[in-house]
Amino acid sequence: MNEFVTLMKSELVITVIIFLLLFIKLGSGMKNGMLLLVIQNLLLLNLVIGFFFNAEGNLFDGMFHTTALIAFQKSILNLGVYLISLLFAGWYMKSEHLAEFFILLLSALLGLDLLISSGNFLIFFLSLELATIPLAAMANFDLEKKISSEAAMKMILSSAFSSGILLFGISLVYGATGTISFAALPVLLDGSPLQIMAFVFLITAFAFKLSIVPFHLWTADVYEGSPIATTSFLSVISKGAIAFVFVSVLYKAFQPMHEVWHNMVMMLSIITMIIGNLFALRQQNIKRFLAFSSIAQVGFILVGITGNSIDGISSVVYFILIYVFSNLAAFGVAAAISSQTGKEKIDDYKGLYKTNPWLSWVMALALFSLAGIPPTAGFFGKLFLLTAGAANDNYGFILIAALNLIVSLYYYLRVIRSIFMDKNEQPVEKINIHPSTKFALIICAAGIILVGLMSWIYDYIHTLG
Amino acid sequence: MLNATYIALIPLLPLAGFLLLGLFGRKYFKNSSGIIATIILLVATVLAIYTAYTYFFEVGKVHGVYQKLIPLKYTWLEFSKGVSIDMGILLDPITCMMLVVITFVSLMVHIYSLAYMKGEERFATYYSFLGLFTFSMLALVISSNIFQIYIFWELVGVSSFLLIGFYYDKPSAVAACKKAFIVTRFADLGFLIGILMLSFYSGTLDFNTLIERLTSPGSTELSTALSSSFLGISALTWAMILVFIGAAGKSAMFPLQIWLPDAMEGPTPVSALIHAATMVVAGVFLVARLFPIFALSAPEALQLVAYVGAISAFLAAIIACTQTDIKRVLAFSTISQIGYMMFALGVSKYGGENGLGYTASMFHLFTHAMFKALLFLGAGSIIHFIHSNEMKDMGGLRKLLPITHITFLVACLAISGIPPFAGFFSKEEILLAAWQQNTIIYWIGLLTSGLTAFYMFRLYFGIFWSKAPSLSDSAHRKHHGEGGFAMMLPLVLLAIGAAAAGFIPFGNFVSSDGKVLESEFHLQLSIAPVTFGLIGIFIAMWLYKKQNDKPDKIAASINGLYKLAWNKFYFDELYIFLTKKIIFNLIAKPAAWFDKNVVDGLINATGNTTQFISKKIKGVQSGKVQQYAAYFLVAAIAIAVLFIYWWK
Repeated sequence: MNEFVTLMKSELVITVIIFLLLFIKLGSGMKNGMLLLVIQNLLLLNLVIGFFFNAEGNLFDGMFHTTALIAFQKSILNLGVYLISLLFAGWYMKSEHLAEFFILLLSALLGLDLLISSGNFLIFFLSLELATIPLAAMANFDLEKKISSEAAMKMILSSAFSSGILLFGISLVYGATGTISFAALPVLLDGSPLQIMAFVFLITAFAFKLSIVPFHLWTADVYEGSPIATTSFLSVISKGAIAFVFVSVLYKAFQPMHEVWHNMVMMLSIITMIIGNLFALRQQNIKRFLAFSSIAQVGFILVGITGNSIDGISSVVYFILIYVFSNLAAFGVAAAISSQTGKEKIDDYKGLYKTNPWLSWVMALALFSLAGIPPTAGFFGKLFLLTAGAANDNYGFILIAALNLIVSLYYYLRVIRSIFMDKNEQPVEKINIHPSTKFALIICAAGIILVGLMSWIYDYIHTLG
Repeated sequence: MLNATYIALIPLLPLAGFLLLGLFGRKYFKNSSGIIATIILLVATVLAIYTAYTYFFEVGKVHGVYQKLIPLKYTWLEFSKGVSIDMGILLDPITCMMLVVITFVSLMVHIYSLAYMKGEERFATYYSFLGLFTFSMLALVISSNIFQIYIFWELVGVSSFLLIGFYYDKPSAVAACKKAFIVTRFADLGFLIGILMLSFYSGTLDFNTLIERLTSPGSTELSTALSSSFLGISALTWAMILVFIGAAGKSAMFPLQIWLPDAMEGPTPVSALIHAATMVVAGVFLVARLFPIFALSAPEALQLVAYVGAISAFLAAIIACTQTDIKRVLAFSTISQIGYMMFALGVSKYGGENGLGYTASMFHLFTHAMFKALLFLGAGSIIHFIHSNEMKDMGGLRKLLPITHITFLVACLAISGIPPFAGFFSKEEILLAAWQQNTIIYWIGLLTSGLTAFYMFRLYFGIFWSKAPSLSDSAHRKHHGEGGFAMMLPLVLLAIGAAAAGFIPFGNFVSSDGKVLESEFHLQLSIAPVTFGLIGIFIAMWLYKKQNDKPDKIAASINGLYKLAWNKFYFDELYIFLTKKIIFNLIAKPAAWFDKNVVDGLINATGNTTQFISKKIKGVQSGKVQQYAAYFLVAAIAIAVLFIYWWK
């Protein structure tokens, strides 16, 4: 019993919070402001608890397992969720169903936590569904907007399709090896065509969730239509968690087939970086822009994954930590502007610096970090990813990645140019930033600067790996 | 026992001063910034003296040999096992000596500037820059890692740049600081490549390990570094030559000396601190720090050091004889004296009796810091009084500036090597070392010592004797005075140093291998330099004590040579020709063309193609879910087929 509590601590805490929110919703007529404060503090508590009483071990015959690295990954997710609860305060305050939104969000988080800890395909599939279905509902949360319903519809249909293929893949794995446990899998793999096919179908599920090209098509529509809080959860938290699982499945369960998946991931990485960049170049809507740029970012994560070493794991975890800060900061600024003025076009950002210098600087910092410009943390994140990928002597591949970095520089800097240099007759008016949004943006900015400079963070992750 | 915190505080205190005054000085400490900085530096000086005392007399010596202690080491960036950039403290005799020299001279300059820079609009900025410089220089000398030293080496360059260009509304100052920065930066490129080569062959950046691996015979690192060669010279020698290029740039050695005379555009106390006593000897310090590698594994590079030093010493002395701006005379004299230190290192061997040159070089560095800082501060007090740098505006000042006069005379005697002043002992030791190892260099050194005495006393007589002081100057004296206590105290303290520093038994403390080096005194060998010095002084006296036309006549009779020296052997013109005519036209212009047409063209082509493809594939993103699913399935099957059949 005791072991059950310590090992499943993070899942249990989230479950408790979900129930608390349910009771609050049913039993009291708490106003949004108060409710938001309660939620934020519960999530902060959740984040803090994540750092204590961590243990390593297995439960339920290895269906569920946890290690120090997994605990750290969960803490990154908790941090991201806490920041999301702070960042979009403006939107939450207007929402009529705040408690439900967070109940759904936390359900998805619970699914992701279980997913990271999953030790066989059964719980893997269940938790993946748990992490997906609430998200479709969250996508629909701009209730009065048609585009939001469309996003939810597209998401649930695409997800169902992807799940179907995943299940097919899992059943093929079981058929070919006779096991669904990650731990038992490696010795049974021999690289037969059937296994490769099963593996490819498994990969598509990851590729779908991570928006790897060509499985990314749902991304832009869903991101654009969903409320920005959902979009940021999808693009940061959900992607981060899936990337963690992807790494551990590839590195542990499918290690004997590493030659196959190495080439596959490399190919997908190249396509993803190029197509993501090509689309990001042309976007006018800031949310769509961030969606496509996040596709390109995933391409870079794949570069690190091809490393197939401890450096590969730690560079991915480190990059996602930075990505949480950078991308959430960008989303936060975009949300602050769109919730007050409704403006979402990049052209609307022209002359923003004149009226909102503080927001402009945060946005610039976030974009610099996403583009990987030193001394922001994003630079170190990309550097370690590329270094990990270069360990296999694929210099041609690294060169392609580096060239893509340059292309991405162009579109990130385009936004910065609009903000700082372009003139505009009617710039966005002065934005009133909600205090909790401001607090979260400060945290993000500090994270962007400090995580890169404090080398011990990377060293720490490296020791966990 | 030594406490690493105290040692770390020596550089960190000036840094704190820099931050405090740099950030808040102009607003809150407009008038008190000088006092604050001076007090901070006083504490640092006390700590430095304490550290040096503890090292030399308590903890440094084990079995009669001074050890290289590392009281603090923090691994900052680790590239691979063994290769890391550390922030550490390395204590050995030369570090301790440098700590004392830097803090002491810097303290003198801080005190002096209280009066000299009074009323300056950017008083606080000035002191914050001084703090930055002192921090960087102190951190440079305690570096335990060759990359750490490089970092502070560049920081020293930056603070020198800031201080030379302190009067940034003066175009000549701006040009000078740019020149100094570019020339030294160019040389630092050599240093950086040298560091990379050394770390490549030795697999470490740590000084102690580096020296150990590259000097112990039979180590694999040493044999690979010696066996790989380029143009018949071993890789290790190339690396050491490149490091020396960096050192020569910072120390203004031939042919990179061109920046130092122009650097005199900075405030005079700055010239005393940076361009006389501390920064310019960083190059000497670097060679000394890597001396075991130079001496044991790359003797050819050390030969180069010796000849570059000797040539610099001699050429700069000749140029100094013709200059009329007193600060420029001192600048060339600095180059000449650093040349002495360099060739002393160059003729030295490692260990024992033959290591005399090393001890002598460090000794000269020490005494030179005293008397050269004194000369510059004295020049500062003269300029403060006359408001001109030109010798023709001066004359007969000995009555008007009595303290400056006496201290300046002491410094002149010291630099000319007249016993019993400090310069005599160190210079005598250098010449002795040269005599034992290389007679050509000995004769160059001897001749230079005569020239040194001549141009220093030309300066002395020109300033303090020559014509009678003009009436306006005398009137000036009444209300202006000599500059007050703050300016006179450093002069007197430094004069005591310049007079007495020679009696320190230096060989007991500093030697190439850490063992005690008994200094011998050879009377017959010290006769020649002293005689040369006296001859120089007498010629200067004959020519310049009274105003007359003899100097002009002599100058006219050797017109060609005189003009050549007066124009500093046309080095500046040569460099301008090289950069403007050759590099700009033959390299920069084609490179610019290539950049504009080929590189930019390629980038533009990439951009246009990207835009084009981007437009074409837009259709894929149709918004129809059923199409998305179709793409999904096709892609999954395609990947499966690809990996099952083709790409195994």
